[in-house]
Amino acid sequence: MKPKGDRVLTGTQFLDGDQACCEGALAAGANFAAGYPISPSTEIVERFASRIPAVGGVFLQMEDELAASIAIVGATWGGAKAFTVTSGPGFSLMMEHIGYASMTETPCVFVDVQRGGPSTGLPTLPGQADMMQARWGSHGDYEIIALSPNSPQECFDLAIDAFNLAEQYRTPVMFMMDESVGHMTEKVVIPPANEIKVLPRRYTRLPPVEYRPFRPSPEGIPEMVKAGEGYRFHMTGLTHDERGYPAMDWQVQDKLVRRLVGKIRDHAADIVRCEEKHTFDAEIVVVAYGITSRVALKAVEMAREEGIRAGLLRPVVVWPFPEKRIRELAGRMKSLVVVEMNYGQLFYEVERAAGGRVPTSLVSHGGGAVHEPETILAEIRRAAQ
Amino acid sequence: MNSTEIRIAGFGGQGVILAGMILGRAASIYDGKYVTLTQSFGPEARGSACSVQLIVSQQPVLYPYLTRADILVVMSQEAHERFAAGLMPDGVLLYEEDLVRVNGTAHAGKAFGIPATHLAEELGRKLILNAVMVGFTTGITGVTSPKAARNAIRDLVPPGTDALNLAAFDKGLEFGLNRYGSAIQTQQATVPEEASSMTFRANGSKHDS
Repeated sequence: MKPKGDRVLTGTQFLDGDQACCEGALAAGANFAAGYPISPSTEIVERFASRIPAVGGVFLQMEDELAASIAIVGATWGGAKAFTVTSGPGFSLMMEHIGYASMTETPCVFVDVQRGGPSTGLPTLPGQADMMQARWGSHGDYEIIALSPNSPQECFDLAIDAFNLAEQYRTPVMFMMDESVGHMTEKVVIPPANEIKVLPRRYTRLPPVEYRPFRPSPEGIPEMVKAGEGYRFHMTGLTHDERGYPAMDWQVQDKLVRRLVGKIRDHAADIVRCEEKHTFDAEIVVVAYGITSRVALKAVEMAREEGIRAGLLRPVVVWPFPEKRIRELAGRMKSLVVVEMNYGQLFYEVERAAGGRVPTSLVSHGGGAVHEPETILAEIRRAAQ
Repeated sequence: MNSTEIRIAGFGGQGVILAGMILGRAASIYDGKYVTLTQSFGPEARGSACSVQLIVSQQPVLYPYLTRADILVVMSQEAHERFAAGLMPDGVLLYEEDLVRVNGTAHAGKAFGIPATHLAEELGRKLILNAVMVGFTTGITGVTSPKAARNAIRDLVPPGTDALNLAAFDKGLEFGLNRYGSAIQTQQATVPEEASSMTFRANGSKHDS
C-alpha cells in the first residue's frame, strides 16, 4: 500500500526546534532514523516515529546509542538517508561509530541537542560544551562538519543543509543544537517541496568490474553503491585500500587519512558559513553560536545604543572553523569577545586564528541557563576601554 | 508596547500548555508578530505546577526567556503564589476566581477574575476552561486579535471539539467585556473585535496539528 502523508509539511508552522529539525530531516529525504531517545532531543524522534509510517520509512528504537549510531551506517549503505538523535551522554557513546562513519565515508547525520554536562549533567537544561567532542570525539585523525542552528526556523533549514553536506562530502555531519533552541517554539516557514534543494546520493555509473569503492574523484570523494545491487565491495574500519580491503602499511594509511582530512580542509572555503551583524564598522566583535548568538546580539545592540561600535560574528557552520574570517577581522579590530555556554572551546580556536594580534576574551557559562545580555554587555564595555 | 511578556500557569491537566500554544500560534501565524514560546520541562513540570511563557514582539525576539511578566494568567493558587512576584508592578493579572485568591493589594487595580471552570461546566465540559481563559485573556489584554485566536483554536483543538472550544472562547471573551469593559477601555489601546462567531479560516497553507 502506498503510504499517505506529506513528506514536506509546506506552510507556516508554529514548532519547537526539535520538531522543526525532524521536519528538516524529512524534507531532506531522511527515511531512516535509529535512536535511543534522550532529553532534550526526544521530541525529534518522537515526531519522526509518528510521521514516518505515513511518509514511507523506518524508525528503530535501539537498545542503546552504540546500536543506534551503527544502525544508521548500515541503513545508509543499504540506500537510506539516515540520522540519529541524541544528547551529551548518548553522544559520548556514539563516538566509536562517528569514527567508523568517518573512516568508511558514510554520509549520515548525528543530531546532538546539547544539555549541561559532563556526564548526566542537566537533562532538561541547555549547554554548549560538546563542541570539541563533535570535532574530535572519536579517536584517530579525521575532519568533521558541524552546524549550529539558533532558531526553530534554522533547525529546519540547516537540517536540510546537514544532509546535503553529508552527501556532498561523504562524511558524517554533526547537527549541534542546544536545549534552548530545541525546546523553544517559534514560527517556521516550510517552503514547497519543489523549492527545497536536496542533494541525491552520488552512485557510481561504472560497471561492477571497474568500480572501486574508495577510489576518490578529483575532489577527493569516492562514489557509492547500494548494497545488494551486484557490486562487490568490502567495508572495514581498518585502514583500507581503494578496494576497501585492509592494508596495514603506512603508505596506505597516509594516502587514506590524508584524503579523509583533506576532503574537508581543502573545501573549507565552500563549507564555512557565518552570519555577521554590524561588523562593517565594529571595533569589538563578539563571536557566538547557537542560542548564545541571539543573547549576544542583544548585548551588541545594547552596546551600540551606548555608542560602542560592537558587532557579532556567528559561525553557522562551526566545523570547519571560520578561521580565515576571524583572522581578517583580527587585523582591524580592537578586541574579540567569545561568548559560549562552556568554559572555553571555540574560544581557543578564535584565539589561535586571531594569532595574538588583538586581545581575545571569553564570557563563559557552565550551562543550565543562557547568558544574561547584561553580562556580555559588561565585557563589551570593558573590551572597548 | 514593542514587546509583551506573558506567563500562563496552573496545574497539570488544565490545558495550560495548549492555552499558550493557542495564543502563540494566533499572535505569530495569524497576527504576524514575532513570538517565542517556552515551557517548563523537567521534574517541576511533572508535578502540580505547570507554566508556559510567551514573548510577543514587533521585532525578532533575541533573548528567549521572560525577565518579568507583563501579563500573568493563573489558574491555580500554587501558580499564583509562585509567579505573582514576577509580575511587573504595572502588569496585568488574570485569574480563575474560584480557584485563586489574590493576595494583597499589589495588583488590585489590574487584577481581573473570571469563574472559568464554572463557565466551562455550564457549556458542558470542565476541560475547556483553558479556552475560556484564552477568550478572557484575549478580551482583556488584546495580546492577540479574537480572529487570530479563533483560527489557532481551530488548528489545535482535538477534531470534533472545535465548536465547543470556540463557544468557550467566546464565553470568556464576552465575560471579560461585560464585567470589565469600562475598565479595559482605559487600560488597553486595543479594543477587541466583536465577539460573534467568525467564519474566517486561513487557506493555502497546512498547519501542524
